[in-house]
Amino acid sequence: MSGWRAVLRRDLRLAARRRIEALLPLGFFVVAAGLFPLGVGPERETLRQIAPGVLWVCALLAAMLSVTTLFASDHQDGSLEQMLLAPHALVELVAGKVLAQWLTSGLPLVVAAPLIGVAFDMHAASIGVLALTLLLGTPILGWLGALGAALTLGLRSGAALVFLIVLPLAVPALIFGAGAVAAVDSGLSPRGHISLLGALLIASTMGVPFAIAAALRISVD
Amino acid sequence: MNWPSLEAFLYMGGHGLYVWGSYVLTIGLLAAEAWFVLRRQRRAQQEGAR
Amino acid sequence: MQDRAHPGRSTLASLPGAEAAGRWTRFASPPRFYALAGAWLPWLWAIALASGAIGLYFGFFVAPTDAQQGESYRIIFIHVPAAWMSMLVYLVLAFWAAWGWILNARMASMYARALAPTGALFTLIALVTGSLWGRPTWGTWWVWDARITSEFILLLLYLGYIALTEAIDEPRRAANAGALLALVGAINIPIIYFSVQWWNTLHQGATISATAAPKMAATMFTALLLMTASFWAYTFAVVFARARAIVLEERR
Repeated sequence: MSGWRAVLRRDLRLAARRRIEALLPLGFFVVAAGLFPLGVGPERETLRQIAPGVLWVCALLAAMLSVTTLFASDHQDGSLEQMLLAPHALVELVAGKVLAQWLTSGLPLVVAAPLIGVAFDMHAASIGVLALTLLLGTPILGWLGALGAALTLGLRSGAALVFLIVLPLAVPALIFGAGAVAAVDSGLSPRGHISLLGALLIASTMGVPFAIAAALRISVD
Repeated sequence: MNWPSLEAFLYMGGHGLYVWGSYVLTIGLLAAEAWFVLRRQRRAQQEGAR
Repeated sequence: MQDRAHPGRSTLASLPGAEAAGRWTRFASPPRFYALAGAWLPWLWAIALASGAIGLYFGFFVAPTDAQQGESYRIIFIHVPAAWMSMLVYLVLAFWAAWGWILNARMASMYARALAPTGALFTLIALVTGSLWGRPTWGTWWVWDARITSEFILLLLYLGYIALTEAIDEPRRAANAGALLALVGAINIPIIYFSVQWWNTLHQGATISATAAPKMAATMFTALLLMTASFWAYTFAVVFARARAIVLEERR
């Protein structure tokens, strides 16, 4: 069986066993997004205006939250070292892990965000674009978060350090993603934003896995 | 010379607080950084001598 | 290349063209760097203070008042050099960190560590002076224009680098992890800058750049160059001093 497929199946199986843990980021997303109406006020017009940014930022934070521990359990039980010694390319195994993590944490966000969008009184077209941008964006966040997790492997500082490292790098995705939704809200075409977001996805998929592999070697060797 | 008097110089056309605030802050921060670095260097030398 | 068993000696010395290489490897050896930097330090401080003094003289006593912004524009003489240095130092840091990681050169990694706090400080100075300049000119303490926002993200990149390298105890891992992060950051800077520009032009609220430079009289430009030279020399001085301290600390 090819390397990434084996890792993917293993991680999915592990996630299925700890279903609550896997769904925690989703819970965080709902709670965090839900705080905004409480903090800002229930006016529908206001909520509709801030919805693209708020939902994208909350999704960004939720995606980051889940990925900080991506390599931690493998590091603790020694399977990470096994992966480094395996005959398969480390990049391939990393890809399998990140893909599994996206399926369990990123994809649920893509599904949940439209429901929260309704609570923010978003138009149907905006909700559609929101889902699309999160579909393109959450993998980008997955790659960046995995890089942060690899660099901070075994450190006590935890999630806050990963956030500080990774969030500046996630700014372009946030700008294009939230911007696309805002564009649709204003009646403009989101095509430019979405193209740029797509380009970011392609670029990060081609480049970041290698950085993650290098980071793992730095952290473990 | 640009300034008719010391008062005019300090007043900076009404923007004295901002201009002098910027300069004092900047020079202060840079001087503090230099001081901390020299202190770090001195400490490292003392540790090395031991 | 560094001979790891004997940190003072360089294996490049045995290759052809060694004499020319020897002049460069001098910088690769921590003890030699220590001595050389120590000799240069007084001169660097002198240049920093002298060009700073002359630059400030030009800036305050020769350069005229700006027609639109009045006297508040004089903040430009520290704001712009600080911003330039903040960007330059990050690129130099990424370069040396990468060099240290890929070629396993210890001195290069020490340069990178020494550069980070100074670069972060210049970024902070650029942001604060930009804010103080923006207030009398545009009425608000903070404007989310493209350049200030990019500068703010640059500060976060510095802080991330410093936080990561400080969090890792083992020096080799800290240096290499930092190098990877700095490289990723450096590659991302054009992307981040472009996206922030994009973001800013779409949200029409902040179309005016809060720190638009006035039309440059020659005297203003001279003062600006002198202050930039001063900041350059200062950076060399502080970074060399810090690197010397790091050389001693890592010897223990």
